[in-house]
Amino acid sequence: MNSQDIRAMAARVLAGIAPEADLAAVADDADLREALDLDSMDFLNFMVGLQQASGVKIRDEDAPRLRTLAGLVAYFG
Amino acid sequence: MADFLMPALGADMETGKVVQWLVTPGSRVKPGDIVAVVETHKGAIDVEIFLEGVIDELAPLGTELRIGEVLARVRSSSAAASPSPSPSTEPSPARSSSLPPSPSPAPSPAPTRSPLPLPATAAKASPAARRRARELGIDPGQLAGTGVAGAVTLADVDAAAASAAHAAAQTPRPRGFDALQMRQAIGAAMSRSKREIPHYYLASIVDFGAAAAWLESVNRDCGAEEQLLPAALLLAAAARALAQTPQLNGFHVDGAFRPGAGVHVGWAIALRGGGLVAPAIHDADRKTPAQLMAALRDLVQRARTGGLRSSELSDPTATVTSLGERGAESVLGVIYPPQVAMVGFGRVVERPWVVDHHIVPRPLVQVSLAADHRASDGHLGGLLLAAIDQSLQSPERLGPRSTA
Repeated sequence: MNSQDIRAMAARVLAGIAPEADLAAVADDADLREALDLDSMDFLNFMVGLQQASGVKIRDEDAPRLRTLAGLVAYFG
Repeated sequence: MADFLMPALGADMETGKVVQWLVTPGSRVKPGDIVAVVETHKGAIDVEIFLEGVIDELAPLGTELRIGEVLARVRSSSAAASPSPSPSTEPSPARSSSLPPSPSPAPSPAPTRSPLPLPATAAKASPAARRRARELGIDPGQLAGTGVAGAVTLADVDAAAASAAHAAAQTPRPRGFDALQMRQAIGAAMSRSKREIPHYYLASIVDFGAAAAWLESVNRDCGAEEQLLPAALLLAAAARALAQTPQLNGFHVDGAFRPGAGVHVGWAIALRGGGLVAPAIHDADRKTPAQLMAALRDLVQRARTGGLRSSELSDPTATVTSLGERGAESVLGVIYPPQVAMVGFGRVVERPWVVDHHIVPRPLVQVSLAADHRASDGHLGGLLLAAIDQSLQSPERLGPRSTA
């Protein structure tokens, strides 16, 4: 997946968790939890959604790498 | 014939509006069936029925009903269906005892003959059309009649029913809630709490090290959907502690404490856009952390997108709030009346702590209790906090509670 695909996937998953969130307005290195006001449960659901959308199993220890857009692009790219 | 009444979906509800019937006259229902979608300030709620029989009449869609007003009439199952006596075929005292006890100080039960809130009969309609409209829960006054002098005919009613059914199938069920209305309702319930409930507060700092290590070990190599969050352990510990201190699990009603039938923990969920609901996780003291995690995920999802069930809003016997990994370090709750206790967990933070005479960094969590002095004293509240602490030191033992 290229960077565009990964961002689009993240936006689709987020739409089901935080419908009002605008991913385009979030800086690449911003913590998504703070930028989008996601609590622990929201972020876990984000991980579950990404796992389903990508087919990649996301382990607990990987989650900290997925807290920023830059991290997502590096992880799935 | 039994009346199915508008349930009390929490202390902060006064009225509800039926926006969708999932049954029609003639439908057979049993306790636990979801029969209607009722719109409240908490959004659209799936309302379950606690009667058995056949639906006879339905309140019309769109009518604002107060708690205790008649939503539907149910004919009890025919005696031929089963030779065993059915409680719903007995006279009304038995019938009302077959209803689940309402934890809320709901208005006294509606008189048995109270009429369905059907629209005034000003609309011109044939008797057959009127009868059919009643059966279908349609207001004939809202229909454009094609009969003599614009009177509503049977065919008009059937056509309206068909198009309503079509529209119901086409349009997604209503979701979301009115933020202003919810704020007012929360304000009213919390004002009542602060006015009526003599709160006392206790707090302890609990070492979360053992729990964190246990979570790490069970989460290792798990996919995201199997992860357990600290919330699942905190809930498990709080539920078991409530089971051990039954005086904190129940309701203060009519000047006396009434223990809850089971530990049904209301879990406080912040809604995006503001607002709060605390629906019940039933028998939380008997569920494993993994089962509680699944229940939490499901509940949070439904709280935010709609589809909470009426029993989840009317059943909580105590409330637990956990601020999560981005929350404040401690919380002192406001009790949700008529409950008598609220347990609060702050964010887990790493701080210096003394273990075996050494200062070491440890993950810590502040646990608090707000409780009703009419139902208990601080000594008992302290036992609850101690029980939570003890559970969190041995998280592997938070499996199903022994029935022995």
